[in-house]
Formats: sequence, C-alpha cells, structure tokens
Amino acid sequence: MIALQSSLVELIRKTSAELPDDVHQAILNSLLNEKKGTIAESALKIIDRNIVLAKQKSQPICQDTGSIIFYVSGPVFLDQISFETTARIAVTEATKKGFLRQNSVNSLTGVNDGTNVGPGSPAIHFHQHLAPTIEVRLILKGGGCENVGAQYSLPNEKLKANRDLDGCRKVILDAVLQAQGKGCGPGILGVCIGGDRATGYEFSKQQFLRKIDDRNPIPELDRLEADIVETSNRLGIGPMGFGGETTLLGAKICAANRLPASFFVSISYMCWAYRRQGVTLNPQGEINSWLY
Amino acid sequence: MIHLTIPFTEEKIRALKVGDAVEISGTIFTGRDVVHKYLHEGGALPSEVNLRDGIIYHCGPVVMKDPTGQWRVTAAGPTTSIREEPYQGQIIKDFGLRGVIGKGGMGDRTLEACKSAGCVYFHAVGGAAQVLAECITSVESVHFLKEFGSPEAIWELTVERFPVVVTMDSHGQSLHREVLATSTAALAKSL
Ligand code: SF4
Repeated sequence: MIALQSSLVELIRKTSAELPDDVHQAILNSLLNEKKGTIAESALKIIDRNIVLAKQKSQPICQDTGSIIFYVSGPVFLDQISFETTARIAVTEATKKGFLRQNSVNSLTGVNDGTNVGPGSPAIHFHQHLAPTIEVRLILKGGGCENVGAQYSLPNEKLKANRDLDGCRKVILDAVLQAQGKGCGPGILGVCIGGDRATGYEFSKQQFLRKIDDRNPIPELDRLEADIVETSNRLGIGPMGFGGETTLLGAKICAANRLPASFFVSISYMCWAYRRQGVTLNPQGEINSWLY
Repeated sequence: MIHLTIPFTEEKIRALKVGDAVEISGTIFTGRDVVHKYLHEGGALPSEVNLRDGIIYHCGPVVMKDPTGQWRVTAAGPTTSIREEPYQGQIIKDFGLRGVIGKGGMGDRTLEACKSAGCVYFHAVGGAAQVLAECITSVESVHFLKEFGSPEAIWELTVERFPVVVTMDSHGQSLHREVLATSTAALAKSL
C-alpha cells in the first residue's frame, strides 16, 4: 500500500498546484477575446501568472484547496476498504506537506483538527470496470464556487421556466446571473437535468471530469452547452464580475431520468481554479500515466 | 496603472474612480470575520495597529515560520467581503480607514460610508493566492494570533505593488451594482 499512498499524494500535489492543460488553454483563449487595457484583461493576466507561478513553486493554485472528491474506477476484485484507508492517510500526508490547506471543519463543534479527514472527507466514489487497471480521478472544489451552486425545480413561475429544454436554459442562465462577482469567475458549469435532489447534484459534479473542449454526444445537450456559454458571454459579467467578454469558460450538461412528479435542474459552479487530475495505476499502485 | 503608497490622503482616495487599476505599496492589516465582529462590538486595538488612513484586507493568509523563525506568507488571496457588510461601514468611520481590499464587493451601507468618510473598496483577483503572496515582502507583526487563530488574526504585512481594482469609489459608484444592472437587462433580451 506504500506505492498507492505515494501515488495518491502525488496525485493530490499535482491537482492542487497544476491546472490541467485544457483549462489553462481555455483561459489563454479567453484572454485573447478580452479588450486590451481593460480590468477584465488584467484580471485574466493575473490568473494566468498565478497558474504558472503555482506550478513552478509546486504550491496550491488557490489557498482554498477545496472539497476533496475522488472518483475511482477499478477491476471487480479491487479492495475498496483498504483503498479508502490508504486514501485517507494520503490526504493527511498531503495536508502536512502543504499541498492541501487545513480545510475540514467539524460541523457540530467547529473544530478543525488539521487532517482534512473526517465524516464525508475525503469523498470517494467507487465504480467497477472490466479492465485490470485502476483509474483514480480527483477534483478539488473550492468553497466560494460551491456556495453559488443552485438547484431549480421546474416549473418555475418567476423565471417562466417550463418542463422543457427552454425552461432548463432559463434556469441555467439565471444561475449564471446570480453567481456574478461570487465564485471567482470565469466559471465552468456542471449541470444535471433530472435525477433527484441528491443524484442531480452528484451527476452535475461528475460533469467536471470532462475536458473543457470535448463535445457532448447527445446533440440537444451539445447545442445547449454551446448556447449557454455563448449567451452567458454576451451578458457582460466578465472575469470576477468586472465586466467583460468572458463569463463562462465552459458548460457541461447531462440528463438523468426523473420521476413524473419531479423535474430538477442541478447546477454546480466551478471557479477558474478548476483543479482536476487523474492517473491510471498498475496493480502495485504505481502511476502508469496521467489522464488529463 | 495608478500607484499608491500608504498612508493615503483623503484627496488621493477621492481622486479614484470605479474601474481604476491600482498598485498599492506599504503596510496593510488583515482582518476578517472575527476581527470585524470584535471591533464592531467595541473591542480595542493594540496601539501598534493603526488603521487610520490605511487599509484592512479581507484575507486569511497561509503563514509559515521559516527555519530562522521569520514568518513567511505562502498564500494570500482575498476572501468574500460581503460577510462583513453588517460591520464595515461603522469600522470605516470609527477607525479612519481609507481602503478595504477583498473580493465580491460590498453593499449599500459600506458604499455610503465610503462616500461620507472618503474610503474606497479595492477588489483583488480571487484565487490568485500565489501572485498576491509574491507581493507581500514581509510580515511585520501579528496580533490576536492565540485568541482568534491564524486565519482570523490581524497580520501586519508590507506589500509592494499589490494589484487591485477600484470597484466601489467615494462618489457613490459601484461597479458591482452597474454590472448587475446591465447583465440583468442583457439576459432579459436573450430569453
Ligand atoms: S472560488 Fe475557487 S478561486 Fe475563488 S477562492 Fe474559492 S477555490 Fe479559490
């Protein structure tokens, strides 16, 4: 388990200090779109400098190193109990090394024991697959952007949103409007149409495992994703809410079945510090390759 | 780019307008939730903490002691300011603040205090922990470390060319209010 532990510590370090290339590229592209000499442009330049600096210094991109969410796909015989034990030790070690801030608070007592380990932290989602390899993906999701997530129940009279794709579009755009100036934009949306209150948010977060520049295989959703990004970027909210061309870097949307009585649209908002990484491990727990 | 050095004068602060990019040099003090509540409830400041004509920074920095025993800031991005809205206006007036640094902007009461007392709200780039930490050249002192804990303590920091944008000025203008109005109107047209 020593190899697995050090692989997970390295995964945490890289996730916290290095933004994936697709996200960095999206930020660089948006920089070209901003008008020269504006405060929006200078905010994006500072963000770009911050990304480069964090990687150089191998230090957290943002001081809020966020909720720790692991997604593990493994073979049928993967021992989940010992994997989880090792992951918790790895999180504690990564915190000691400063890759993670002491960021987990007991909700009843307010005590932060400095380990980042406790009920619900880290969150680990296991999934079986038919290959012999283990894939571990990690998302670190900050608190500021988590606070602006929203769940809508359709129909929504105030927003004139019915139980159809146009209604979904309306509530998603409302969430973008409400999030302005909070959650450190430009942001990325993860959306689930349908599901229940728990699975809706769950699936919306899983959308963050997708690359920013990928395409949705479902044509309606692919169109909706493009439309949400385009429309949001016409609102003039801009980076940090300073005004400008870049409000969203991406929108990723999935659909899950729902009950006839319910129609939820669950929206998770990710800040520009979109920390996502993944590895494939060999059976000994050593890193074979990086996924992003 | 405007370059300002602390202590500020009312005249210099009144000259600032929403949208101005500013670089700040000098000594600033951090203060977040616990400090604001403490001051608002009449708590006293140690004599070394002089906020007059200076800045309070909404920030809970990550500070480490290096092998020689010196404090060193390793991450220092802004925290969300709106939580201090119930206290900020009064504190600006009582302590003679000329600037508040944070993120996300503040509300009408703070805007009104900025106008009447001659103060502005400076927005730092949220999440830019490394860039902002690089602008902190030294840690001068720390107060209430034991009582409030590290993120909530008052850290006295010397900064050089610390980059911010004026998003609320001393003339009653707020960029946050403007952008909210224009984006709400733009969305109404896109539906
Ligand atoms: S929202 Fe993201 S970038 Fe902003 S402070 Fe939180 S983690 Fe950092």
